Amino acid sequence: MIRFSSVNKWYGRDHHVLKNLNLEVRQGEVVVVCGPSGSGKSTLIRTINQLEPINDGEISVGGIVVNDPKTDINTLRAEVGFVFQHFNLYPHLSVLDNITLAPIQVKKMSRSAAEKLAMELLERVGLANKRDAYPSNLSGGQQQRVAIARGLAMQPKVMLFDEPTSALDPEMIGEVLGVMQKLAESGMTMMVVTHEMGFAREVADRVLFLADGEILEDTTPEAFFTAPKTDRAKQFLRQILSPMHG
Amino acid sequence: MHYNWDWGVFFHSTGIGSEIYLDWFIKGLGWTIALSLAGWVIALLLGTVLGVMRTLPGKILPKIAAVYVEIFRNIPLLVQLFVWYFIVPDLLPQGLQTWFKQDLNPATSAFISVVICLGLFTAARVCEQVRTGIQALPKGQTNAAYALGLRVPQIYKEVLLPQAFRIIIPPLTSEFLNIFKNSSVASLIGLMELLAQTKQTAEFTANLFEAFTLATIIYFVLNMGLMLFMRWVEKRVRVPGLIALGGK
Ligand SMILES: Nc1ncnc2c1ncn2[C@@H]1O[C@H](COP(=O)(O)OP(=O)(O)O)[C@@H](O)[C@H]1O
Ligand SMILES: [Mg+2]
Repeated sequence: MIRFSSVNKWYGRDHHVLKNLNLEVRQGEVVVVCGPSGSGKSTLIRTINQLEPINDGEISVGGIVVNDPKTDINTLRAEVGFVFQHFNLYPHLSVLDNITLAPIQVKKMSRSAAEKLAMELLERVGLANKRDAYPSNLSGGQQQRVAIARGLAMQPKVMLFDEPTSALDPEMIGEVLGVMQKLAESGMTMMVVTHEMGFAREVADRVLFLADGEILEDTTPEAFFTAPKTDRAKQFLRQILSPMHG
Repeated sequence: MHYNWDWGVFFHSTGIGSEIYLDWFIKGLGWTIALSLAGWVIALLLGTVLGVMRTLPGKILPKIAAVYVEIFRNIPLLVQLFVWYFIVPDLLPQGLQTWFKQDLNPATSAFISVVICLGLFTAARVCEQVRTGIQALPKGQTNAAYALGLRVPQIYKEVLLPQAFRIIIPPLTSEFLNIFKNSSVASLIGLMELLAQTKQTAEFTANLFEAFTLATIIYFVLNMGLMLFMRWVEKRVRVPGLIALGGK
């Protein structure tokens, strides 16, 4: 479903941020990406829908080459949902309008069809009663659930998440992970940058460990947590699983 | 010095038909409002287009808009008016030139020149406000829109401009008030707007202080009215927490 072949990316001239990445995510697979801060996780996930362009190599989604100039990038983006750390809901639009905007504008869906779809999705994320609220009146957890519904409204083939819970108060993390877990169980192909190791253990099919722009581990959660191969991964796990870290 | 205050002067006949001096003020106010509103429509439309151009990716369009702003913001308004009124008509093709200079009523041709002048001058200022408003929005707003597959025109129309305009209502209000003040340049090319009518009344009646006091009151009431109107607009479109939200 998602394939990276020898992908390289530089910021500026000499910051080599993604180093010759090769990667394949199969349909229905849930892949968690983790690694130290600054290792290139956000950059990696943002290249998949060309929020960041790459310099070298090839990325394809569902067989369509993302970095081919002939590919209509907006059409491709419409098939790849993206959930941001800071939600990025549109503050001037109601919850319902946040969700219907793209289906109406991009897919030319009728307003009534888009609203019906939006209501189904709000039901799914448990926020049907908030349809007329504005984002600023919602808690962080609720905003992120709306953002997930907004991504799903384009009926994407793939959902990407970049640290979806790291801007949330601890008591709200569970509700968002719950929604993501249900989504994973429904068969969605997902790539999730997160440090929620509980989620990785229970929901992920695979864990990628990224350090300095290289994939150092690509394995099952079981193997990653019990027998990490590299010292970098061992060190990372020690830090993140220590009680100090929470 | 002894000055004879006479507030009744505004009801004296001007000697032209049954006209009283108050009628001159009303006519003047009419021109002032017409000039300002017509200029404002141009300023708002053109200024928005230019402000959007300033923030587009790429090099050429932002540069064009930047040069426009430099030119129109830095040349004194009065110089610009003389260019539009005395020089530009001479550069027009013959047919248009005859139409502008001879067929049109002199007040109409002066009106057109002033409206263009005010509109283009104020557009440069509106442009900078719109640009500031757009740039104040978190980058995440654009990224989220890109991620959903929206195209650049849709992003501006649905996401960026509705938010940018809400943020910039206060500075736009002062530009809106400025265009009313600036419209008085029209008096220098003989268009009888409020200031010109005031001066004329002062000359005809020798009641200089009354004339200018009335003009001051009219400008003041006009300003207050516009300000209250813009406050009302701002309240109506207010969205709680608009600027507080955001992220990368
Ligand atoms: N737009 C950018 N321009 C230049 N450098 C960047 C940019 N975005 C990220 N970087 C740098 O690239 C590296 C990887 O960043 P990022 O992908 O955000 O890492 P992570 O998400 O793993 O913390 C970091 O060193 C960061 O400072
Ligand atoms: Mg990151």
